[in-house]
Amino acid sequence: MKCLKTISKIITELLMIIEYILEPFKYDFMIRSIITAASSGIMLSALGPFTINRNMGFMADAMAHATLPIIAVGVFLGFSISELGVPASIIIAFFLGYIVKNINIGEDTAIGIIFSSFFALGFVLISVLDVTINLEDLLFGQILAVSTFDTYIVGSLLFIVLSVLIIFFKQLLFFSFDPIGAEVNGLNTTFLNYLFLIVLSVAIVGSLQTVGIILVLSMLIIPAAAAKLVTKTFVNSIRISIVFGVTASVTGLYLSYFFNLPSGPTMSLVATGIFILAYVSNRLINKNTANLVPIEEET
Amino acid sequence: MNVTREKNIKNKPLIISDGCCIQYGDSSALDDVTFSISEGKKVAVVGPNGGGKSTLFNAIAGLLPLAHGSLKIKGMDPHEAKGLVSYVPQKDLINWNFSLAVKDVVEMGLTNKNSFNLFSRKKINEKIKDSLNNVGLLHKINENINNLSGGQLQRVLIARALAQNADILLLDEAFSAVDVGAQEDIMQLINSINLDGKTVLIATHDINNLEEKFDEVLCLNRHCCAFGDPSEVLTEEVIQEMYGSHNEMFKNHFKNNHRVTNDN
Repeated sequence: MKCLKTISKIITELLMIIEYILEPFKYDFMIRSIITAASSGIMLSALGPFTINRNMGFMADAMAHATLPIIAVGVFLGFSISELGVPASIIIAFFLGYIVKNINIGEDTAIGIIFSSFFALGFVLISVLDVTINLEDLLFGQILAVSTFDTYIVGSLLFIVLSVLIIFFKQLLFFSFDPIGAEVNGLNTTFLNYLFLIVLSVAIVGSLQTVGIILVLSMLIIPAAAAKLVTKTFVNSIRISIVFGVTASVTGLYLSYFFNLPSGPTMSLVATGIFILAYVSNRLINKNTANLVPIEEET
Repeated sequence: MNVTREKNIKNKPLIISDGCCIQYGDSSALDDVTFSISEGKKVAVVGPNGGGKSTLFNAIAGLLPLAHGSLKIKGMDPHEAKGLVSYVPQKDLINWNFSLAVKDVVEMGLTNKNSFNLFSRKKINEKIKDSLNNVGLLHKINENINNLSGGQLQRVLIARALAQNADILLLDEAFSAVDVGAQEDIMQLINSINLDGKTVLIATHDINNLEEKFDEVLCLNRHCCAFGDPSEVLTEEVIQEMYGSHNEMFKNHFKNNHRVTNDN
């Protein structure tokens, strides 16, 4: 009898814990936020390995910052940030891609100039046009404010990004590792370059409400960097990066709900936690295997 | 210039360069380069660093435009002849920030503008296996590229070029950063590829025994110093023209005396 009581108590406590965990799902805004966070997590982390492999982290950061003047003008004209997503992405991708390729002052220098000047222009336009934008939300994300329309938009952007990645995967892979070899093989490398810039820009602009301009880079780079540490090949690193990206965004959102923390920074910190765990695992595995695996003979 | 052009033209020329000039901005990288390479030849392209070897390969591969002259591959301009040329670049030019499986690297050779990730993999896998088998690395098909030696990596890149099934194979610095044994393996592999009828051009710094290894040699130092049979064209004047003040280092590699000898 006493045993049954104990079991019943444990089951009751378990149910309470489950209820507590599922509590956010009672609210529509949380369901919308979780779907949006997961979509952003998938988009960014799927593109992360390509971005790291091509050393384009700075370019991606510049893309995020370059959105500010477009958002300022768009909101002034009466559009929402979600509605501005695709056109803003295309403008930024073509503009940055063209400037970097054609202004012969070094890639980092050109990106640095655009990065800072566009960000500054954005602030000036917000002030001059007297646009009503919550800058803190824009810089660090405010996912809890997403509407159903926003969720549909981010879901559509996820579909576009994944479709491009799946259809052009082999070509993008070749171009990412060996652009010269890809061109010799007859691939249209200019097209592939702009295609990648557009989907990267789409993913970044689509994620601004989730993590904001400043922190979007963390969700693009950190899951991919962590995946690189625990996988052996590029293809696997994309799969694991997506798992890490979704885990970071959804877990971050959960933690921000339960502990009343800002959602974007919490997601970034969870991603950093995953990276630290991956780094420690990598060191431990390497330490162990270094003593176990014999050096392979050359054949 | 000692050129075996007439002989080559009779032997069905594959690559014809006539006064080819290439510029980077205002500075000339290659000036007035004339040669004719027939099908099935094995050609060494030698010269100092910055002499224009990679530039010429880039032009043949259709990556660089000509400033003057003409360069034809099977009668076509290089950018029209993509698919006829496969290129094994210097290893350092490939981004290795992430690693790849050997099979993924070889599959790049099968990737062209029509390669969408929607089709059956059966044929692709067969071609990957064939190419790796040709370079003796089929057993490494699932290996991580980072675990391979320099010589093995070079052979994987050659397998990638073979998968493309092009008529012309360009190998840029194929022997750099590999030990002597691996160089021999790569040379044997190139010989077997050449025996299959492919035309092979190799940019190399090693001018030892060129007459034993190659049918023809193209000597570059921002212009064409010489082109033809290695035993005929590697004269003291040509070596001087290529390497200038470093000429002394190659004093034992002149015509009819291409082996390293000990002066003492």
